[in-house]
Amino acid sequence: MIDIQNVSLFFEAREVLRDISLTLTERRIAIVGSNGSGKSSFARLLNGLRLPTSGDILVDGLNTRDKGREVRRKVGFVFQNPDNQIVFPIVEEDVGFGLKNLGFSAAERAEKAKEVLRRYGLWHLRDQPSHVLSGGQKQLLAIAGVLVMEPRYVVLDEPTTLLDLRNKIQVRKAIEALPQTAIVVSHDLDLVADFDRVLVFDQGRILADDAPNAALRRYVEAMQDV
Amino acid sequence: MFDLYCDGHSPLHRMKPGWKILALAAAGTALFAVDHVVFSLGLLGLTLVLYRLAQLPLRRAWDQIRPVLWVFGLIFLAQLVFNSWQIGVFVILRFATLLMLAGLLTLTTRSSDMIEGIEAGLHPLRRVLPVARISLAISLTLRFIPVLSQVVQDVREAQKTRGLERNLIALAIPVVIRTIQTSEEIADAIDARGY
Ligand SMILES: Nc1ncnc2c1ncn2[C@@H]1O[C@H](COP(=O)(O)OP(=O)(O)OP(=O)(O)O)[C@@H](O)[C@H]1O
Ligand SMILES: [Mg+2]
Repeated sequence: MIDIQNVSLFFEAREVLRDISLTLTERRIAIVGSNGSGKSSFARLLNGLRLPTSGDILVDGLNTRDKGREVRRKVGFVFQNPDNQIVFPIVEEDVGFGLKNLGFSAAERAEKAKEVLRRYGLWHLRDQPSHVLSGGQKQLLAIAGVLVMEPRYVVLDEPTTLLDLRNKIQVRKAIEALPQTAIVVSHDLDLVADFDRVLVFDQGRILADDAPNAALRRYVEAMQDV
Repeated sequence: MFDLYCDGHSPLHRMKPGWKILALAAAGTALFAVDHVVFSLGLLGLTLVLYRLAQLPLRRAWDQIRPVLWVFGLIFLAQLVFNSWQIGVFVILRFATLLMLAGLLTLTTRSSDMIEGIEAGLHPLRRVLPVARISLAISLTLRFIPVLSQVVQDVREAQKTRGLERNLIALAIPVVIRTIQTSEEIADAIDARGY
């Protein structure tokens, strides 16, 4: 359970998130909203990459303020641009990076990397330089690099935005198959249509918090009366 | 360096990276310490034999020095003016041999193994050096050279369509901004994976 208690976030004097309180328990939670509405900032709060200006975030009871490292073990994070999250030059090495940080031995790393690379159809690319992969393969590799650490929750910030249709479908399937609780920021309304809960962000506040149909209807309505 | 690893099963591929790095350091030192052209020629010959031993075509050895031939040209000219052509040849022979040896290391060692080798080598210094950080920095460098060159290429093309390709500032500013944004995101991604 992720508990968000009266959270506000400022950048300098600008209020980016305003007094948000939520309890996230569902298996599939989507965050939608217009550009600059604070979705990415909110997502980064969930694993303690950023700390709120006021209020608290508790992940299974751990406060991101003082338990950042433990929280990041529980909450994996996949970014929009796979190019910026693949940190090793070779595919297999990159999957091993998080495991190394968790203290796994070389043999254990190889074993786990093999399993996850197989799962995402990347095994045949294990020795390739990561920069030659296609966009979809890179995003799958980024997801694999996070999932191999077996986090309890996964936050994905616009994981399909940069991808073409084929790659988008591939990544969408990977997200659907995640055993974890997933919190997905997306402009891809098809992706989130069968989620359990959709949060609509607007100017740093939550405009709607509902099942997909109702929430997306509110979102579309709100975007029309400008 | 990032793309250069050639998969293989030769004794050189199997040798521990730490030993290879040490051998390279020793050979490089000897190359410049022993002031005799026969020794340098011998080492060049040995280097070429090692390429064959690693099942690499000799063209790969040539590839190591081809990009810096113009530097060799400058060195040769300088030596010609200030010393003699013999010394010019000798200096270039030393540098070429060193580059080929260094290339042999990268051609037969995966970057991850190299990094582990460096980490292991620096282990005794872990109290005075941030060893894990150094090795991460090396991997990141290897990883992001192709990304950065892609950024430069993208920006150059974008500026070209606006007729700004000769304007260094129009090229530098977007490259720097994108690089800073990229590096912030990379830092987040590294944190997010428990580093
Ligand atoms: N590091 C930062 N420093 C200053 N302002 C920031 C920073 N990061 C985000 N902001 C500002 O916070 C606001 C919300 O940004 P955020 O990235 O969270 O929006 P978003 O909903 O993810 O938008 P998008 O759909 O474009 O990704 C924006 O006005 C943005 O300019
Ligand atoms: Mg965003």
